[in-house]
Amino acid sequence: MLKVQDLQAAVDGKEILKGLSLEVPAGEVHAVMGPNGAGKSTLSYVLTGRDGYEVTGGSASLDGEDLLALAPDERAARGVFLSFQYPLEIPGVPALTFIRTALNAQRKARGEDEISAPAFLKLAREKSAALKMDFEMLKRGLNVGFSGGEKKRMEILQMAMFSPRFLILDETDSGLDIDALRIVSEGVNALRSPERSMLVITHYQRLLDYITPDRVHVLAGGRIVASGGPELAHELEREGYDRYARAA
Amino acid sequence: MSVLSAIRSGDVAQLPGKRDEDWRWTDLRGLIRQAPPPSPASEAELPPAPFGPAPAELAFVNGRPLAGSTYEAAGDAVVALRFVSASEGTSHAAEARIVVPAGARLTVLESYEHAAGGYLAVAQVEFVVAPGASLERIVLCDDDAEGVSVSEATVVLSPGGRFAQTLVTSGARRQRLETRLLHPGGHAEVRLDGVYLLGGKRHADLTTVVEHTGVDGVTAQLTKGVVRDQARGVFQGRIIVAEGADRTDARMGHHALILSDRAEVDAKPELEIYADDVACAHGNTVGALDDEALFYARQRGIPEAEARALLTEAFVGEVVERIEHEAARELVRGWVAERLRV
Repeated sequence: MLKVQDLQAAVDGKEILKGLSLEVPAGEVHAVMGPNGAGKSTLSYVLTGRDGYEVTGGSASLDGEDLLALAPDERAARGVFLSFQYPLEIPGVPALTFIRTALNAQRKARGEDEISAPAFLKLAREKSAALKMDFEMLKRGLNVGFSGGEKKRMEILQMAMFSPRFLILDETDSGLDIDALRIVSEGVNALRSPERSMLVITHYQRLLDYITPDRVHVLAGGRIVASGGPELAHELEREGYDRYARAA
Repeated sequence: MSVLSAIRSGDVAQLPGKRDEDWRWTDLRGLIRQAPPPSPASEAELPPAPFGPAPAELAFVNGRPLAGSTYEAAGDAVVALRFVSASEGTSHAAEARIVVPAGARLTVLESYEHAAGGYLAVAQVEFVVAPGASLERIVLCDDDAEGVSVSEATVVLSPGGRFAQTLVTSGARRQRLETRLLHPGGHAEVRLDGVYLLGGKRHADLTTVVEHTGVDGVTAQLTKGVVRDQARGVFQGRIIVAEGADRTDARMGHHALILSDRAEVDAKPELEIYADDVACAHGNTVGALDDEALFYARQRGIPEAEARALLTEAFVGEVVERIEHEAARELVRGWVAERLRV
Protein backbone atom coordinates (compact mmCIF):
# COMPACT_ATOMS: atom_id res chain seq x y z
CA MET A 1 0.00 0.00 0.00
CA LEU A 2 2.10 2.98 1.23
CA LYS A 3 5.81 2.92 0.68
CA VAL A 4 7.98 5.80 1.85
CA GLN A 5 11.70 5.64 1.17
CA ASP A 6 14.38 7.95 2.46
CA LEU A 7 11.98 10.90 2.35
CA GLN A 8 13.51 14.31 2.91
CA ALA A 9 11.47 17.47 3.14
CA ALA A 10 12.00 21.09 4.08
CA VAL A 11 9.77 23.92 5.25
CA ASP A 12 11.01 27.47 4.66
CA GLY A 13 14.38 26.03 3.72
CA LYS A 14 14.68 24.16 7.02
CA GLU A 15 15.03 20.41 6.67
CA ILE A 16 12.40 18.64 8.80
CA LEU A 17 12.26 15.11 7.39
CA LYS A 18 15.74 13.68 7.11
CA GLY A 19 15.48 10.35 5.37
CA LEU A 20 12.23 8.86 6.62
CA SER A 21 11.37 5.31 5.54
CA LEU A 22 8.11 3.56 6.28
CA GLU A 23 5.93 0.83 4.80
CA VAL A 24 2.27 0.27 5.57
CA PRO A 25 0.91 -2.90 3.95
CA ALA A 26 -2.75 -3.14 2.89
CA GLY A 27 -5.15 -3.78 5.77
CA GLU A 28 -2.74 -2.64 8.48
CA VAL A 29 -2.92 0.21 10.95
CA HIS A 30 0.40 1.81 11.82
CA ALA A 31 1.00 4.41 14.49
CA VAL A 32 3.65 7.09 14.22
CA MET A 33 4.55 8.51 17.60
CA GLY A 34 7.05 11.13 18.44
CA PRO A 35 7.88 14.19 20.48
CA ASN A 36 6.78 17.68 19.47
CA GLY A 37 8.80 19.00 16.58
CA ALA A 38 9.83 15.55 15.37
CA GLY A 39 8.15 16.10 11.99
CA LYS A 40 4.82 14.30 12.53
CA SER A 41 2.63 16.98 10.98
CA THR A 42 5.19 17.58 8.25
CA LEU A 43 4.92 13.91 7.30
CA SER A 44 1.14 14.17 6.95
CA TYR A 45 1.38 17.36 4.89
CA VAL A 46 4.12 16.02 2.62
CA LEU A 47 2.08 12.88 1.94
CA THR A 48 -0.95 15.01 1.04
CA GLY A 49 0.90 17.65 -0.97
CA ARG A 50 0.46 20.86 0.94
CA ASP A 51 2.12 23.95 -0.57
CA GLY A 52 5.22 25.05 1.28
CA TYR A 53 6.33 21.52 2.15
CA GLU A 54 9.14 20.96 -0.26
CA VAL A 55 10.32 17.43 -0.95
CA THR A 56 14.09 17.49 -1.33
CA GLY A 57 14.74 13.77 -1.70
CA GLY A 58 13.36 10.26 -1.48
CA SER A 59 10.02 8.89 -2.60
CA ALA A 60 6.50 8.08 -1.49
CA SER A 61 4.17 5.81 -3.41
CA LEU A 62 0.71 4.36 -2.99
CA ASP A 63 0.26 0.93 -4.57
CA GLY A 64 3.27 1.68 -6.74
CA GLU A 65 2.07 5.07 -7.97
CA ASP A 66 4.29 8.09 -7.21
CA LEU A 67 2.27 10.25 -4.80
CA LEU A 68 4.66 13.17 -4.79
CA ALA A 69 4.01 13.98 -8.45
CA LEU A 70 0.29 14.46 -7.86
CA ALA A 71 -1.71 17.54 -6.82
CA PRO A 72 -3.48 17.33 -3.44
CA ASP A 73 -6.89 16.78 -5.07
CA GLU A 74 -5.47 14.05 -7.33
CA ARG A 75 -4.11 12.26 -4.28
CA ALA A 76 -7.53 12.55 -2.65
CA ALA A 77 -9.19 11.06 -5.72
CA ARG A 78 -6.79 8.10 -5.46
CA GLY A 79 -7.94 7.51 -1.92
CA VAL A 80 -5.59 9.48 0.33
CA PHE A 81 -7.46 11.10 3.20
CA LEU A 82 -5.97 13.28 5.90
CA SER A 83 -7.98 13.85 9.05
CA PHE A 84 -6.79 17.28 10.19
CA GLN A 85 -5.60 18.02 13.68
CA TYR A 86 -7.49 21.30 13.45
CA PRO A 87 -10.30 20.93 10.91
CA LEU A 88 -11.07 24.18 9.10
CA GLU A 89 -14.22 26.23 9.49
CA ILE A 90 -15.70 27.25 6.17
CA PRO A 91 -18.51 29.77 6.70
CA GLY A 92 -21.07 29.95 3.93
CA VAL A 93 -20.50 26.41 2.66
CA PRO A 94 -22.97 23.98 4.27
CA ALA A 95 -21.25 20.75 5.30
CA LEU A 96 -23.50 18.74 2.99
CA THR A 97 -22.62 20.95 0.02
CA PHE A 98 -18.93 20.67 0.78
CA ILE A 99 -18.99 16.89 1.12
CA ARG A 100 -21.08 16.38 -2.02
CA THR A 101 -18.83 18.72 -4.04
CA ALA A 102 -15.75 16.84 -2.84
CA LEU A 103 -17.26 13.39 -3.38
CA ASN A 104 -18.35 14.24 -6.90
CA ALA A 105 -14.98 15.82 -7.71
CA GLN A 106 -13.27 12.62 -6.59
CA ARG A 107 -15.66 10.47 -8.60
CA LYS A 108 -15.22 12.65 -11.66
CA ALA A 109 -11.42 12.41 -11.36
CA ARG A 110 -11.77 8.62 -11.27
CA GLY A 111 -14.04 8.64 -14.33
CA GLU A 112 -17.13 7.67 -12.33
CA ASP A 113 -20.61 9.17 -12.56
CA GLU A 114 -21.72 11.77 -10.03
CA ILE A 115 -23.72 10.45 -7.12
CA SER A 116 -27.44 11.29 -7.37
CA ALA A 117 -28.89 13.72 -4.82
CA PRO A 118 -31.20 11.14 -3.19
CA ALA A 119 -28.42 8.54 -2.98
CA PHE A 120 -26.10 11.12 -1.47
CA LEU A 121 -28.62 12.22 1.17
CA LYS A 122 -29.38 8.62 2.09
CA LEU A 123 -25.68 7.90 2.55
CA ALA A 124 -25.15 11.07 4.59
CA ARG A 125 -28.08 10.26 6.88
CA GLU A 126 -26.84 6.72 7.43
CA LYS A 127 -23.25 7.63 8.14
CA SER A 128 -24.04 10.62 10.36
CA ALA A 129 -26.49 8.54 12.40
CA ALA A 130 -23.77 5.95 12.99
CA LEU A 131 -21.58 8.76 14.39
CA LYS A 132 -24.48 10.03 16.52
CA MET A 133 -24.42 13.37 14.70
CA ASP A 134 -27.41 15.68 14.44
CA PHE A 135 -28.25 15.73 10.73
CA GLU A 136 -29.33 19.39 11.01
CA MET A 137 -25.69 20.28 11.75
CA LEU A 138 -24.79 19.17 8.24
CA LYS A 139 -26.94 21.94 6.81
CA ARG A 140 -24.90 24.63 8.53
CA GLY A 141 -21.57 26.13 7.48
CA LEU A 142 -18.86 23.46 7.63
CA ASN A 143 -17.54 23.23 11.20
CA VAL A 144 -18.73 26.76 11.99
CA GLY A 145 -19.43 27.01 15.70
CA PHE A 146 -18.70 23.30 16.21
CA SER A 147 -16.93 22.01 19.32
CA GLY A 148 -13.59 20.20 18.99
CA GLY A 149 -15.37 16.85 19.25
CA GLU A 150 -17.96 17.79 16.63
CA LYS A 151 -15.24 18.85 14.22
CA LYS A 152 -13.44 15.53 14.59
CA ARG A 153 -16.70 13.69 14.06
CA MET A 154 -17.18 15.70 10.88
CA GLU A 155 -13.77 14.47 9.73
CA ILE A 156 -14.72 10.87 10.42
CA LEU A 157 -18.03 11.39 8.63
CA GLN A 158 -16.17 12.57 5.53
CA MET A 159 -13.91 9.54 5.77
CA ALA A 160 -16.93 7.29 5.91
CA MET A 161 -18.54 9.07 2.95
CA PHE A 162 -15.46 9.07 0.71
CA SER A 163 -14.36 5.56 1.59
CA PRO A 164 -10.66 6.30 1.03
CA ARG A 165 -7.97 3.62 0.71
CA PHE A 166 -5.32 5.25 2.81
CA LEU A 167 -6.13 7.25 5.93
CA ILE A 168 -3.84 9.58 7.82
CA LEU A 169 -5.11 10.61 11.23
CA ASP A 170 -3.15 13.61 12.48
CA GLU A 171 -3.49 13.97 16.27
CA THR A 172 -7.12 12.94 16.03
CA ASP A 173 -7.42 12.66 19.81
CA SER A 174 -6.41 16.25 20.53
CA GLY A 175 -9.20 18.22 22.15
CA LEU A 176 -11.47 15.22 22.65
CA ASP A 177 -13.08 14.14 25.91
CA ILE A 178 -13.45 10.44 26.64
CA ASP A 179 -16.96 10.13 25.15
CA ALA A 180 -16.02 11.91 21.94
CA LEU A 181 -12.82 9.87 21.74
CA ARG A 182 -14.83 6.66 21.97
CA ILE A 183 -17.29 7.69 19.25
CA VAL A 184 -14.51 8.88 16.95
CA SER A 185 -12.48 5.71 17.52
CA GLU A 186 -15.48 3.50 16.84
CA GLY A 187 -15.98 5.41 13.61
CA VAL A 188 -12.38 4.82 12.62
CA ASN A 189 -12.45 1.15 13.65
CA ALA A 190 -15.58 0.60 11.56
CA LEU A 191 -13.47 1.58 8.55
CA ARG A 192 -10.77 -1.02 9.16
CA SER A 193 -10.73 -3.48 6.30
CA PRO A 194 -8.27 -5.69 4.41
CA GLU A 195 -8.21 -3.17 1.52
CA ARG A 196 -7.61 -0.11 3.65
CA SER A 197 -4.55 1.10 5.55
CA MET A 198 -4.17 3.75 8.19
CA LEU A 199 -1.41 5.90 9.56
CA VAL A 200 -2.27 7.16 13.04
CA ILE A 201 -0.07 10.08 14.03
CA THR A 202 -0.13 10.85 17.71
CA HIS A 203 1.89 12.23 20.55
CA TYR A 204 0.11 10.25 23.26
CA GLN A 205 -0.58 6.58 23.62
CA ARG A 206 -4.18 7.23 24.77
CA LEU A 207 -5.70 7.07 21.27
CA LEU A 208 -4.04 3.70 20.66
CA ASP A 209 -6.06 2.18 23.51
CA TYR A 210 -9.04 2.70 21.23
CA ILE A 211 -7.49 2.20 17.81
CA THR A 212 -5.10 -0.70 18.24
CA PRO A 213 -2.22 -0.48 15.78
CA ASP A 214 -0.50 -3.42 14.11
CA ARG A 215 2.82 -1.59 14.25
CA VAL A 216 4.20 1.41 16.12
CA HIS A 217 6.98 3.64 14.76
CA VAL A 218 8.90 6.26 16.67
CA LEU A 219 9.58 9.45 14.71
CA ALA A 220 12.36 11.61 16.11
CA GLY A 221 14.60 14.14 14.42
CA GLY A 222 12.90 13.63 11.07
CA ARG A 223 13.47 9.86 10.83
CA ILE A 224 11.88 6.65 12.05
CA VAL A 225 14.26 5.61 14.81
CA ALA A 226 12.46 2.55 16.19
CA SER A 227 9.60 0.24 15.20
CA GLY A 228 7.76 -2.45 17.10
CA GLY A 229 4.41 -3.92 18.07
CA PRO A 230 1.67 -2.20 20.09
CA GLU A 231 3.71 -2.69 23.26
CA LEU A 232 6.14 -0.03 22.04
CA ALA A 233 3.43 2.59 22.57
CA HIS A 234 3.10 1.59 26.22
CA GLU A 235 6.83 1.72 26.66
CA LEU A 236 6.89 5.27 25.26
CA GLU A 237 4.07 6.26 27.58
CA ARG A 238 6.08 4.99 30.58
CA GLU A 239 9.53 6.17 29.64
CA GLY A 240 8.95 9.16 27.40
CA TYR A 241 10.78 10.13 24.21
CA ASP A 242 14.07 11.21 25.79
CA ARG A 243 15.98 8.13 24.80
CA TYR A 244 14.91 8.50 21.14
CA ALA A 245 15.35 12.23 21.01
CA ARG A 246 18.96 11.69 22.03
CA ALA A 247 19.39 8.91 19.50
CA ALA A 248 18.13 11.22 16.77
CA MET B 1 -20.98 70.89 -9.03
CA SER B 2 -22.15 67.39 -9.69
CA VAL B 3 -22.25 64.66 -12.27
CA LEU B 4 -25.83 65.60 -13.04
CA SER B 5 -25.08 69.26 -13.70
CA ALA B 6 -22.01 68.33 -15.73
CA ILE B 7 -24.11 66.13 -18.01
CA ARG B 8 -26.99 68.60 -18.24
CA SER B 9 -24.66 71.50 -19.09
CA GLY B 10 -22.04 69.58 -21.07
CA ASP B 11 -19.40 71.28 -18.91
CA VAL B 12 -16.82 68.67 -17.91
CA ALA B 13 -15.25 71.09 -15.43
CA GLN B 14 -18.24 70.40 -13.22
CA LEU B 15 -17.39 66.71 -12.92
CA PRO B 16 -16.00 65.66 -9.53
CA GLY B 17 -12.39 64.53 -9.52
CA LYS B 18 -9.50 63.49 -7.32
CA ARG B 19 -9.23 66.92 -5.72
CA ASP B 20 -12.66 66.38 -4.19
CA GLU B 21 -12.10 64.42 -0.99
CA ASP B 22 -15.21 62.30 -1.52
CA TRP B 23 -14.18 61.39 -5.07
CA ARG B 24 -10.43 61.03 -4.76
CA TRP B 25 -10.49 57.35 -5.72
CA THR B 26 -13.07 57.84 -8.47
CA ASP B 27 -11.67 60.58 -10.61
CA LEU B 28 -14.18 61.50 -13.31
CA ARG B 29 -12.77 64.88 -14.23
CA GLY B 30 -9.36 63.41 -15.01
CA LEU B 31 -10.94 60.65 -17.08
CA ILE B 32 -13.44 62.61 -19.16
CA ARG B 33 -11.75 65.41 -21.10
CA GLN B 34 -14.61 66.14 -23.41
CA ALA B 35 -18.31 65.93 -22.75
CA PRO B 36 -19.92 63.10 -24.71
CA PRO B 37 -22.86 64.35 -26.82
CA PRO B 38 -26.31 64.03 -25.27
CA SER B 39 -27.93 60.65 -25.82
CA PRO B 40 -30.69 60.56 -28.42
CA ALA B 41 -34.13 59.17 -27.75
CA SER B 42 -33.89 55.46 -28.38
CA GLU B 43 -36.43 53.53 -30.40
CA ALA B 44 -34.85 50.21 -29.52
CA GLU B 45 -36.99 47.68 -27.75
CA LEU B 46 -36.31 47.17 -24.04
CA PRO B 47 -34.36 44.02 -23.27
CA PRO B 48 -35.98 41.57 -20.85
CA ALA B 49 -35.78 42.84 -17.26
CA PRO B 50 -32.84 41.28 -15.36
CA PHE B 51 -35.08 40.43 -12.40
CA GLY B 52 -37.84 39.14 -14.66
CA PRO B 53 -41.26 40.73 -15.17
CA ALA B 54 -42.50 42.83 -12.25
CA PRO B 55 -46.08 43.97 -11.47
CA ALA B 56 -44.99 47.58 -11.96
CA GLU B 57 -42.08 49.05 -13.86
CA LEU B 58 -40.34 52.40 -14.10
CA ALA B 59 -37.93 52.25 -16.99
CA PHE B 60 -35.55 54.91 -18.27
CA VAL B 61 -33.80 54.56 -21.61
CA ASN B 62 -30.98 57.00 -22.22
CA GLY B 63 -32.25 58.95 -19.23
CA ARG B 64 -35.79 59.31 -20.59
CA PRO B 65 -38.67 57.81 -18.63
CA LEU B 66 -40.85 55.48 -20.72
CA ALA B 67 -43.85 55.95 -18.45
CA GLY B 68 -43.42 58.39 -15.60
CA SER B 69 -40.58 58.87 -13.19
CA THR B 70 -42.28 58.52 -9.84
CA TYR B 71 -43.87 55.56 -8.15
CA GLU B 72 -45.94 55.40 -5.02
CA ALA B 73 -46.46 52.03 -3.39
CA ALA B 74 -49.77 50.79 -2.01
CA GLY B 75 -50.02 47.80 0.31
CA ASP B 76 -47.44 45.12 -0.50
CA ALA B 77 -45.82 46.07 -3.77
CA VAL B 78 -42.92 45.25 -6.08
CA VAL B 79 -41.57 47.65 -8.67
CA ALA B 80 -38.82 47.25 -11.23
CA LEU B 81 -36.68 50.37 -11.61
CA ARG B 82 -34.58 50.15 -14.76
CA PHE B 83 -31.89 52.40 -16.17
CA VAL B 84 -30.84 51.40 -19.65
CA SER B 85 -27.97 52.97 -21.58
CA ALA B 86 -28.73 52.31 -25.24
CA SER B 87 -26.40 54.56 -27.27
CA GLU B 88 -22.68 54.37 -27.88
CA GLY B 89 -20.48 57.14 -26.50
CA THR B 90 -23.22 59.52 -25.39
CA SER B 91 -24.35 60.93 -22.07
CA HIS B 92 -27.63 61.10 -20.20
CA ALA B 93 -29.17 61.66 -16.80
CA ALA B 94 -32.26 60.19 -15.18
CA GLU B 95 -34.19 61.24 -12.09
CA ALA B 96 -36.69 59.07 -10.26
CA ARG B 97 -38.67 59.24 -7.06
CA ILE B 98 -40.08 56.34 -5.06
CA VAL B 99 -42.50 56.86 -2.19
CA VAL B 100 -43.60 54.29 0.35
CA PRO B 101 -46.55 55.63 2.37
CA ALA B 102 -47.27 54.72 5.98
CA GLY B 103 -47.91 51.03 6.46
CA ALA B 104 -46.91 50.04 2.91
CA ARG B 105 -44.14 47.58 2.02
CA LEU B 106 -42.21 47.88 -1.20
CA THR B 107 -39.52 45.85 -2.93
CA VAL B 108 -37.53 47.78 -5.53
CA LEU B 109 -35.73 45.66 -8.13
CA GLU B 110 -33.35 48.18 -9.60
CA SER B 111 -31.09 47.47 -12.54
CA TYR B 112 -28.42 49.27 -14.52
CA GLU B 113 -28.36 47.81 -18.00
CA HIS B 114 -26.63 48.56 -21.25
CA ALA B 115 -27.23 47.94 -24.93
CA ALA B 116 -24.16 49.95 -25.96
CA GLY B 117 -20.80 50.96 -24.52
CA GLY B 118 -18.71 54.02 -23.74
CA TYR B 119 -21.58 56.02 -22.25
CA LEU B 120 -21.61 58.48 -19.38
CA ALA B 121 -24.75 58.01 -17.32
CA VAL B 122 -26.09 59.27 -14.05
CA ALA B 123 -29.24 58.25 -12.22
CA GLN B 124 -30.56 60.10 -9.21
CA VAL B 125 -33.18 58.37 -7.16
CA GLU B 126 -34.96 59.66 -4.12
CA PHE B 127 -36.58 57.19 -1.75
CA VAL B 128 -39.11 58.43 0.78
CA VAL B 129 -40.11 55.98 3.48
CA ALA B 130 -43.02 57.07 5.70
CA PRO B 131 -43.49 56.11 9.37
CA GLY B 132 -44.05 52.39 9.72
CA ALA B 133 -43.32 51.81 6.01
CA SER B 134 -40.74 49.35 4.74
CA LEU B 135 -38.59 49.32 1.62
CA GLU B 136 -36.14 46.74 0.35
CA ARG B 137 -33.97 47.87 -2.54
CA ILE B 138 -31.98 45.33 -4.53
CA VAL B 139 -29.69 46.79 -7.18
CA LEU B 140 -28.02 44.83 -9.93
CA CYS B 141 -25.43 46.79 -11.93
CA ASP B 142 -24.45 45.23 -15.21
CA ASP B 143 -22.57 48.05 -16.88
CA ASP B 144 -20.37 47.98 -19.95
CA ALA B 145 -16.62 47.65 -19.34
CA GLU B 146 -16.17 51.01 -21.14
CA GLY B 147 -19.13 52.75 -19.53
CA VAL B 148 -19.00 55.43 -16.87
CA SER B 149 -21.95 55.13 -14.57
CA VAL B 150 -23.02 57.00 -11.46
CA SER B 151 -25.99 56.17 -9.26
CA GLU B 152 -26.90 58.63 -6.53
CA ALA B 153 -29.59 57.57 -4.10
CA THR B 154 -30.93 59.68 -1.28
CA VAL B 155 -33.11 58.07 1.33
CA VAL B 156 -35.42 59.98 3.63
CA LEU B 157 -36.50 57.61 6.35
CA SER B 158 -39.15 58.22 9.01
CA PRO B 159 -39.27 56.99 12.60
CA GLY B 160 -40.49 53.41 12.78
CA GLY B 161 -39.66 52.92 9.10
CA ARG B 162 -37.33 50.39 7.57
CA PHE B 163 -34.91 50.64 4.66
CA ALA B 164 -32.78 47.73 3.47
CA GLN B 165 -30.60 47.62 0.41
CA THR B 166 -28.20 45.30 -1.37
CA LEU B 167 -26.03 46.66 -4.16
CA VAL B 168 -24.57 44.04 -6.46
CA THR B 169 -22.14 45.15 -9.14
CA SER B 170 -19.51 44.01 -11.59
CA GLY B 171 -18.22 47.57 -12.02
CA ALA B 172 -17.58 49.61 -15.14
CA ARG B 173 -14.73 51.70 -16.52
CA ARG B 174 -15.63 54.01 -13.64
CA GLN B 175 -18.64 53.40 -11.52
CA ARG B 176 -19.92 55.09 -8.42
CA LEU B 177 -22.86 53.82 -6.38
CA GLU B 178 -23.69 56.34 -3.72
CA THR B 179 -26.31 56.14 -0.98
CA ARG B 180 -27.04 59.02 1.36
CA LEU B 181 -29.47 58.33 4.13
CA LEU B 182 -31.01 60.51 6.77
CA HIS B 183 -31.74 58.34 9.77
CA PRO B 184 -34.31 59.78 12.17
CA GLY B 185 -33.90 57.11 14.85
CA GLY B 186 -37.19 56.37 16.59
CA HIS B 187 -36.66 52.63 16.10
CA ALA B 188 -36.21 53.05 12.37
CA GLU B 189 -34.00 50.28 10.97
CA VAL B 190 -31.47 50.39 8.17
CA ARG B 191 -29.52 47.66 6.43
CA LEU B 192 -27.00 48.74 3.79
CA ASP B 193 -25.24 45.89 2.03
CA GLY B 194 -23.08 45.58 -1.04
CA VAL B 195 -21.24 43.07 -3.19
CA TYR B 196 -18.67 43.97 -5.82
CA LEU B 197 -17.08 41.44 -8.14
CA LEU B 198 -14.53 43.10 -10.37
CA GLY B 199 -12.28 41.79 -13.11
CA GLY B 200 -10.33 43.21 -16.04
CA LYS B 201 -9.78 46.92 -15.56
CA ARG B 202 -13.15 47.53 -13.98
CA HIS B 203 -13.75 49.93 -11.15
CA ALA B 204 -16.56 50.21 -8.63
CA ASP B 205 -16.98 52.70 -5.83
CA LEU B 206 -19.56 52.00 -3.13
CA THR B 207 -20.02 55.10 -1.05
CA THR B 208 -22.53 55.46 1.74
CA VAL B 209 -23.28 58.25 4.17
CA VAL B 210 -25.70 57.63 7.04
CA GLU B 211 -26.57 60.42 9.41
CA HIS B 212 -28.26 59.45 12.64
CA THR B 213 -30.17 62.44 13.96
CA GLY B 214 -32.54 60.93 16.55
CA VAL B 215 -32.45 58.47 19.43
CA ASP B 216 -32.92 54.72 19.00
CA GLY B 217 -31.74 54.22 15.45
CA VAL B 218 -30.28 51.00 14.06
CA THR B 219 -27.92 50.66 11.09
CA ALA B 220 -26.30 47.40 9.98
CA GLN B 221 -23.92 47.55 7.06
CA LEU B 222 -22.03 44.74 5.34
CA THR B 223 -20.11 45.03 2.08
CA LYS B 224 -17.94 42.37 0.51
CA GLY B 225 -15.81 42.56 -2.58
CA VAL B 226 -13.72 40.35 -4.81
CA VAL B 227 -11.22 41.93 -7.17
CA ARG B 228 -8.92 40.30 -9.68
CA ASP B 229 -6.79 41.26 -12.70
CA GLN B 230 -6.22 45.03 -12.60
CA ALA B 231 -9.59 45.89 -11.12
CA ARG B 232 -10.12 48.41 -8.36
CA GLY B 233 -12.72 48.42 -5.64
CA VAL B 234 -13.51 51.43 -3.50
CA PHE B 235 -15.52 51.42 -0.31
CA GLN B 236 -16.28 54.61 1.55
CA GLY B 237 -18.66 54.22 4.42
CA ARG B 238 -19.45 57.06 6.74
CA ILE B 239 -21.78 56.92 9.70
CA ILE B 240 -22.43 60.13 11.57
CA VAL B 241 -24.15 60.04 14.94
CA ALA B 242 -25.30 63.56 15.74
CA GLU B 243 -25.30 65.03 19.20
CA GLY B 244 -28.28 63.69 21.13
CA ALA B 245 -28.80 60.67 18.86
CA ASP B 246 -28.37 58.40 21.85
CA ARG B 247 -28.88 54.66 21.89
CA THR B 248 -27.86 54.50 18.24
CA ASP B 249 -26.72 51.03 17.22
CA ALA B 250 -24.55 51.19 14.10
CA ARG B 251 -22.32 48.44 12.74
CA MET B 252 -20.28 48.61 9.58
CA GLY B 253 -18.29 45.83 7.96
CA HIS B 254 -16.28 45.84 4.76
CA HIS B 255 -14.27 42.82 3.68
CA ALA B 256 -12.49 42.28 0.39
CA LEU B 257 -10.56 39.53 -1.31
CA ILE B 258 -7.77 40.52 -3.65
CA LEU B 259 -7.10 37.68 -6.06
CA SER B 260 -4.22 39.15 -8.07
CA ASP B 261 -1.14 41.27 -7.48
CA ARG B 262 -2.32 44.14 -9.64
CA ALA B 263 -5.83 44.44 -8.25
CA GLU B 264 -6.53 47.11 -5.67
CA VAL B 265 -8.99 47.91 -2.94
CA ASP B 266 -9.27 51.30 -1.25
CA ALA B 267 -11.41 51.48 1.85
CA LYS B 268 -12.36 54.32 4.12
CA PRO B 269 -14.72 53.37 6.92
CA GLU B 270 -15.56 56.34 9.11
CA LEU B 271 -17.56 56.67 12.28
CA GLU B 272 -18.18 60.21 13.47
CA ILE B 273 -19.84 60.09 16.84
CA TYR B 274 -21.07 63.16 18.66
CA ALA B 275 -23.51 61.39 21.00
CA ASP B 276 -22.53 59.79 24.31
CA ASP B 277 -24.58 56.66 24.67
CA VAL B 278 -24.10 54.64 21.48
CA ALA B 279 -23.06 51.17 20.31
CA CYS B 280 -21.01 51.60 17.17
CA ALA B 281 -18.40 49.38 15.58
CA HIS B 282 -16.67 48.89 12.28
CA GLY B 283 -14.52 46.14 10.83
CA ASN B 284 -12.48 46.26 7.66
CA THR B 285 -10.34 43.49 6.19
CA VAL B 286 -8.60 43.16 2.85
CA GLY B 287 -6.69 40.01 2.01
CA ALA B 288 -6.27 36.87 -0.03
CA LEU B 289 -8.12 33.57 0.16
CA ASP B 290 -7.20 31.54 3.21
CA ASP B 291 -4.46 29.08 2.14
CA GLU B 292 -5.39 26.63 4.85
CA ALA B 293 -9.02 26.47 3.78
CA LEU B 294 -7.90 26.09 0.19
CA PHE B 295 -5.63 23.16 1.07
CA TYR B 296 -8.38 21.60 3.17
CA ALA B 297 -10.80 21.66 0.23
CA ARG B 298 -8.16 20.28 -2.14
CA GLN B 299 -7.23 17.52 0.28
CA ARG B 300 -10.87 16.44 0.11
CA GLY B 301 -10.60 16.15 -3.66
CA ILE B 302 -11.81 19.52 -4.93
CA PRO B 303 -9.51 20.80 -7.72
CA GLU B 304 -7.86 24.15 -7.10
CA ALA B 305 -9.94 26.33 -9.44
CA GLU B 306 -13.17 24.85 -8.13
CA ALA B 307 -12.01 25.19 -4.53
CA ARG B 308 -11.19 28.86 -5.09
CA ALA B 309 -14.61 29.48 -6.64
CA LEU B 310 -16.35 27.64 -3.80
CA LEU B 311 -14.56 29.63 -1.10
CA THR B 312 -15.03 32.93 -2.92
CA GLU B 313 -18.72 32.26 -3.42
CA ALA B 314 -19.06 31.42 0.25
CA PHE B 315 -17.27 34.66 1.11
CA VAL B 316 -19.78 36.88 -0.71
CA GLY B 317 -22.64 34.47 0.02
CA GLU B 318 -22.96 35.91 3.49
CA VAL B 319 -24.17 39.19 1.97
CA VAL B 320 -26.38 37.57 -0.67
CA GLU B 321 -28.17 35.52 2.00
CA ARG B 322 -29.33 38.73 3.65
CA ILE B 323 -31.52 39.64 0.67
CA GLU B 324 -35.08 39.16 1.85
CA HIS B 325 -36.94 38.95 -1.47
CA GLU B 326 -36.59 35.28 -2.28
CA ALA B 327 -36.68 35.37 -6.08
CA ALA B 328 -34.21 38.27 -6.15
CA ARG B 329 -31.91 36.42 -3.75
CA GLU B 330 -31.89 33.35 -6.00
CA LEU B 331 -31.25 35.48 -9.05
CA VAL B 332 -28.37 37.33 -7.39
CA ARG B 333 -26.91 34.06 -6.14
CA GLY B 334 -26.83 32.74 -9.71
CA TRP B 335 -25.45 36.02 -11.05
CA VAL B 336 -22.62 35.94 -8.49
CA ALA B 337 -21.80 32.26 -9.14
CA GLU B 338 -21.63 32.87 -12.88
CA ARG B 339 -19.13 35.70 -12.42
CA LEU B 340 -16.92 33.83 -9.99
CA ARG B 341 -16.63 30.63 -11.99
CA VAL B 342 -14.45 32.04 -14.73
